[in-house]
Amino acid sequence: MNNLIVSPTALAFAVVLVVIALAINLKEKIGLERDMIVGVIRAVIQLTVVGYVLTYVIRIDRIWLTGLMVAIIIFNAAINANKRAEGIPHAFWISLLAIATATLLTIALLVLARAVRFTPSQIVPISGMIASNAMVAIGLAYRSMNTSFHDQRQGVLERLALGANLKQASKHIVQMAIRTGMAPTIDSAKTVGIVSLPGMMSGLIFAGVDPTKAIMYQIMVTFMILAATSIGSVIACYLAYSQYYNSDMQLR
Amino acid sequence: MTEPIFDVQELGYQSGGQQILQDITLQIERGANLTIAGPSGSGKSTFLRILATLLTPTAGTVKFAGKKQSAYPKPVYRQQVSYCFQQPTLFGETVRDNLAFPFEIREKTFDEQKALAALDSVELTAKMLDQPIIELSGGEKQRVALVRNLLFKPQVLLLDEISAGLDVDTKGVVHRLIQAYRESGVTVLSVTHDETEIAAADDLLRIRDGKIEVPAHE
Repeated sequence: MNNLIVSPTALAFAVVLVVIALAINLKEKIGLERDMIVGVIRAVIQLTVVGYVLTYVIRIDRIWLTGLMVAIIIFNAAINANKRAEGIPHAFWISLLAIATATLLTIALLVLARAVRFTPSQIVPISGMIASNAMVAIGLAYRSMNTSFHDQRQGVLERLALGANLKQASKHIVQMAIRTGMAPTIDSAKTVGIVSLPGMMSGLIFAGVDPTKAIMYQIMVTFMILAATSIGSVIACYLAYSQYYNSDMQLR
Repeated sequence: MTEPIFDVQELGYQSGGQQILQDITLQIERGANLTIAGPSGSGKSTFLRILATLLTPTAGTVKFAGKKQSAYPKPVYRQQVSYCFQQPTLFGETVRDNLAFPFEIREKTFDEQKALAALDSVELTAKMLDQPIIELSGGEKQRVALVRNLLFKPQVLLLDEISAGLDVDTKGVVHRLIQAYRESGVTVLSVTHDETEIAAADDLLRIRDGKIEVPAHE
């Protein structure tokens, strides 16, 4: 495992890679230098803090503290998904409910199936993976819904005028939003092992775990993420579409 | 005297600080054929959309068949008071998708024979049923949209300048179909700019600057 230790000096050298990216960005006048610098600084601070927190949480191994960590992850994911909602009323609460259900249901199934144990070293990273994937899927679904309700306003109005209820008038938009939200997860599931070697699997192999075991874990993670993004986007879309209408069943 | 199908009292509509309609009071008898005319921006379409519950008045009341609009579940009301748009949008891929929608929202199985008969009533052939909507002309689209509104006979038909931009033959087809529905007891309210339609109106309501200019004939 000694080969896994990354020294501060090695990390400092890795900064050279960021400098290369920055140099390309500046030369090509892409205009992302500020975002890149902020992103790098945030990544260093956030990961350092979370590293110490995780060390503490894993060491004292308390259920309430593990639960609190999961709750914080879900809460932050909901805040980020809400940013993609661009004005959908109650989007934070919808996102929170969708991400919490997706995360907790998936974890409950994994724990019941004894695929993972309820210990902080397993629950916290898995919650992060599930919540972040659900967050991305929900964010994409919100964006798709916003675009569709804007571009297809006339079609929705006509469906309402024909006597459709809100679900019937929005069905095609909701279906499209769920498809959009889930597309990256499905594409990733299709190409895993062919195009990408996912982070968790690569990490386990790096850490010296037998690749076949690492792959079994990765298969579990792939299934888990598929389920979570599906649950999350369905809940979020079916709760969010009605927000585009007023109480008189008219488009806002 | 029979109960009017619409009883409109002191209706007003305001949007973005602008008064679009004000003090509209009138009664429309069941089976009436009312033509609504007036300059562009006078509030005709807004009036029709309020009757269709696609807009909510900011003042006054509208009663439909003796009850306030708000007393009806909106889908039930809108299936009885059917609003046709000036430039309709067709759904999905084919004409079939559009004609299946009225069945779908009523949770009924698609009746192909009924759909074909409806297409025939506007002089569209059976093979049109599976035609992609992108291949339809403007007149064909308007006829498909009208058929979509009429597959299940409503009590009221609200027509928002549906014959604007249509050629003479298509206008004739549309007028004959609407006349047939009117004769079967459907109340028809149509907004128009067409001088021929205005001249031929049974009852005429003129709206100017959001107010009734000439009351409908009783």
